[in-house]
Amino acid sequence: MINYLSNNSDTVLSALRQHLYLALLPILIGIVVSVPIGYLGVRFPWLYHPLVNTCGVLYSIPSLALFVFLPVILGTKILSPINIVVALSIYTVALLARTVADGLRAVDRTVVQSATAMGYRRFRRLVDVELPVALPVILAGLRVATVSNISLVSVGALIGVGGLGQLFTRGFQLFYLEPILVGIILSVLVAGLADLAIVLVQRAVTPWTRYQHGNGGAS
Amino acid sequence: MITFDDIVKVYPGGGTAVDHLSLELPTGKITVLVGPSGCGKTTSLRMINRMVSPTSGRVLIDGRDVAEQDEAVLRRGIGYVIQHAGLFPHRTVLDNVATVPMLLGRSRREARAAAMELLERVGLSTEFAGRYPAQLSGGQQQRVGVARALAADPPIMLMDEPFSAVDPVVREGLHREFLRLQQDLGKTIAMVTHDIDEAIKLGDLVAVFREGGHLAQFGTPRELLEQPVDEFVAEFVGRDRGIRSLSFDTAAELAVRPPADAALDGVELVLDASGRPAGWRRAAEPESLLATGGSFTGTDSLRLVTDLAISSPVGIAVRVGPDGKADGIVRHHDLVDYLAARRDHRPAKPTP
Repeated sequence: MINYLSNNSDTVLSALRQHLYLALLPILIGIVVSVPIGYLGVRFPWLYHPLVNTCGVLYSIPSLALFVFLPVILGTKILSPINIVVALSIYTVALLARTVADGLRAVDRTVVQSATAMGYRRFRRLVDVELPVALPVILAGLRVATVSNISLVSVGALIGVGGLGQLFTRGFQLFYLEPILVGIILSVLVAGLADLAIVLVQRAVTPWTRYQHGNGGAS
Repeated sequence: MITFDDIVKVYPGGGTAVDHLSLELPTGKITVLVGPSGCGKTTSLRMINRMVSPTSGRVLIDGRDVAEQDEAVLRRGIGYVIQHAGLFPHRTVLDNVATVPMLLGRSRREARAAAMELLERVGLSTEFAGRYPAQLSGGQQQRVGVARALAADPPIMLMDEPFSAVDPVVREGLHREFLRLQQDLGKTIAMVTHDIDEAIKLGDLVAVFREGGHLAQFGTPRELLEQPVDEFVAEFVGRDRGIRSLSFDTAAELAVRPPADAALDGVELVLDASGRPAGWRRAAEPESLLATGGSFTGTDSLRLVTDLAISSPVGIAVRVGPDGKADGIVRHHDLVDYLAARRDHRPAKPTP
């Protein structure tokens, strides 16, 4: 395997790079799109259930089907990475929009009320109070979406754009185990590291959660 | 001054929350809105900072209709304290308190410095500044809530059941501190509670509401206890309102007898070496010393004197001077006569 890696480092590295790009760009897009959508689901309570249902349906579309159909809908080339990015963005939104809505709904009503009573306007209240308080829930959803994306990218290899997944397809074509192993190990490693990164970010930005659930240690 | 001018609030479902309420909350005083649940007291309170808008009528602050003011700007000038404090869980105690000054555009440093001062003011050590609300007890959170409401030094404070969520002992302490704070600050305070005792203890004025958003009576705590306008108020104020109204008078005018007069009841007040009351000795049992159970001074309330006379093993309350020395006694009978005379607004004299 060491041999394979040293002989094919360029291939593996470019596959890895593409994998990261294809998995993480949709995460960024997903966050940007999900926050307003999730907020709307809370701002207008009648939107919540349609939102949850739509998210459920979107997430249940098989990825391969989406990869194949998107070029038809978007008019992109079948081998374009845009297809993968768009498809994974859809999955990310499907997971995150609901999480954002649930997180915002779970914010203690008295907290929102006292923010309003102190003179927060709606937008600043969302940014300064509601989103930060909902952050633990949202970040938990983000972990799921990120790991899910990283594993889904490989499926793209079946239509020719799949980051580390291409190592699988190559290995299968050549009846050659090493690239498959390298692909699997790197894919798992990337998912694990990405997950860890989010956990570390969560620790850094939500220090207050360590004291929740009544283990406060008040004097 | 906060003025409710013929306020009506009808909910879309048809329920009337507030029914033609007209009320004036004087500047610099604590006005308590009290009543059973569903009487419209909280709804009325929230109209002051526009959290609820009336169906008809106006709320005025110093003559200005709140409906004509920008909501957010109006609210930044009105402190708001609620039952569970409603602190921001993601911000430290210090930053919670600094919230409104920051909203008003002050720098973070300035806001935090002011917040630090306020923490001490509400009786919290500054070591709490860096903690998160989840690390505090209920009473401490409530103090932070009060500090946060005071942070921008608003002339008006709204308090919705601010002390209901803490246990009675802590509540007692918070009441004391609250009154002390108000003595320094002189805010115009509107407070909602369902607890009539709290209303009577804290309020300069008390508005008693009844179901359906009617104002039943508006007056001083003393007026409510001594002259309830109807059965509802009398009942709401409570059975022992007679005893409780004794809290409003001090024992200053209560005439006392010399301690030697205890002999009339066949007992003797035993003093220690420095002249302080040590106990009672019955003529019949010279061996045993009975505890006095406490003493009063001229500044204590008649309620305390009555309680002492009732709970004393010999039916006599002991008055002490500023130095703690016994300087007089009040017998059960004298007290009853005094209370009877007080009812007729005549000072009573002890009969030999």
